[in-house]
Amino acid sequence: MTLTVSNLSVLRASRHLLSGVGFEVSAGQALILRGPNGLGKTTLLRTIAGLQPVHEGQVDMPEDMAVYAGHLDGIKSTLTVRENLEFWASVFGTGSIDAAIAVFDMDQLIDRPGGMLSAGQKRRLGLARLMVTGRPIWLLDEPTVSLDTVAVGQFGDMIAGHLDRGGIAVIATHIDLGLGARAETLDLSQFKAAPEQQFNPNEAFL
Amino acid sequence: MNALLLRDMRLAMRAGGGFGLSLAFFLIVVVLVPFGVGPEMGLLSKIAPGILWVGALLACLLSLDRIFALDFEDGTLDLLATAPLPLEAVVSVKSFAHWITTGLPLVLAAPVLGVLLGLQSDAFYWIVLSLLLGTPALSVIGTFGAALTVGLKRGGLLLSLLVLPLYVPTLIFGAELARRGIVGMDVGTPMSLLLGITFASIALLPFASAAVLKINLR
Repeated sequence: MTLTVSNLSVLRASRHLLSGVGFEVSAGQALILRGPNGLGKTTLLRTIAGLQPVHEGQVDMPEDMAVYAGHLDGIKSTLTVRENLEFWASVFGTGSIDAAIAVFDMDQLIDRPGGMLSAGQKRRLGLARLMVTGRPIWLLDEPTVSLDTVAVGQFGDMIAGHLDRGGIAVIATHIDLGLGARAETLDLSQFKAAPEQQFNPNEAFL
Repeated sequence: MNALLLRDMRLAMRAGGGFGLSLAFFLIVVVLVPFGVGPEMGLLSKIAPGILWVGALLACLLSLDRIFALDFEDGTLDLLATAPLPLEAVVSVKSFAHWITTGLPLVLAAPVLGVLLGLQSDAFYWIVLSLLLGTPALSVIGTFGAALTVGLKRGGLLLSLLVLPLYVPTLIFGAELARRGIVGMDVGTPMSLLLGITFASIALLPFASAAVLKINLR
């Protein structure tokens, strides 16, 4: 299984952000995306996830294999940690949430409502959700925001375990996750679209 | 899909979910009418079907922006859009959950409030029947409006302006069905038109809602 992106152009609100993006990630590998703020890392990940339309180029991967985790964790404040995870587990048709709870040591929090969690705990829950999806391609946007150093370590282990199981991860982050040779780094600045490449806003409605 | 339905209903029942809100609003609107119109029972029972229908419609409107706005704000909608469920199914399930937590309680409360408006007990049947057939359309049409306005901050008023005109046919035929039934006239025409609107919205609007949702998620 591979995720292949070729000659991809990325638009945000009809403004060209990136063009000609191309890379290939195969099973057991991670790709780290770098680039300054506002370059289009989030938009690129959302485009691969299918949340934004592809303007130009191609994203090739087996269908229904990718899961996206963005800046927002999608946690319901009136549901407990367990109910939040169990919901996603049944949406994705996977059974157990134990592995997801174990990753970030969340046994203590299991019956706490989502609204009572701190920002870091919410992020841990949001990332633990990836474990219950059972999908092999993870698209992660700044996953370590508001995590403490211990949790960042646990997150690194989680990614490493995911890669060991033959998974793929595309991560926009600026910190080192300790993945060693399995992680390749791609600087997106080289794909920055030229400013004159303006997109006709009328085409957005076609 | 069951998981989503259960979750939506659970969220509606818990604090801040707004489950009782529409019902309380319905109660207040209907109770206010006799104060405004006067205590004349003959007049009240004559306008009761219309009052109950308008009240139910406004009460339904009240909770529409919750269908997607909360899920949009906390990012759940992005995650649902990439989940194995098709977005059309998500939309349908959400409107069904909205109907169970809003429409159905209104249907069940209508006869009780009918008493306040001087309705005879044999009229209850027609009120309940017309609301039962019409309220699903209110939820589905409302879901479409909610999908249209999901990206807007404080889009509640715009949502009302968009949705209320779309509610007009349901209101006309629903209230007409109840009125005709109560006075013992033939109900065939309003009933088939009301059913037609309800089934057509259930069958077609989820596709439109899913399409606008996809655009709003960009």
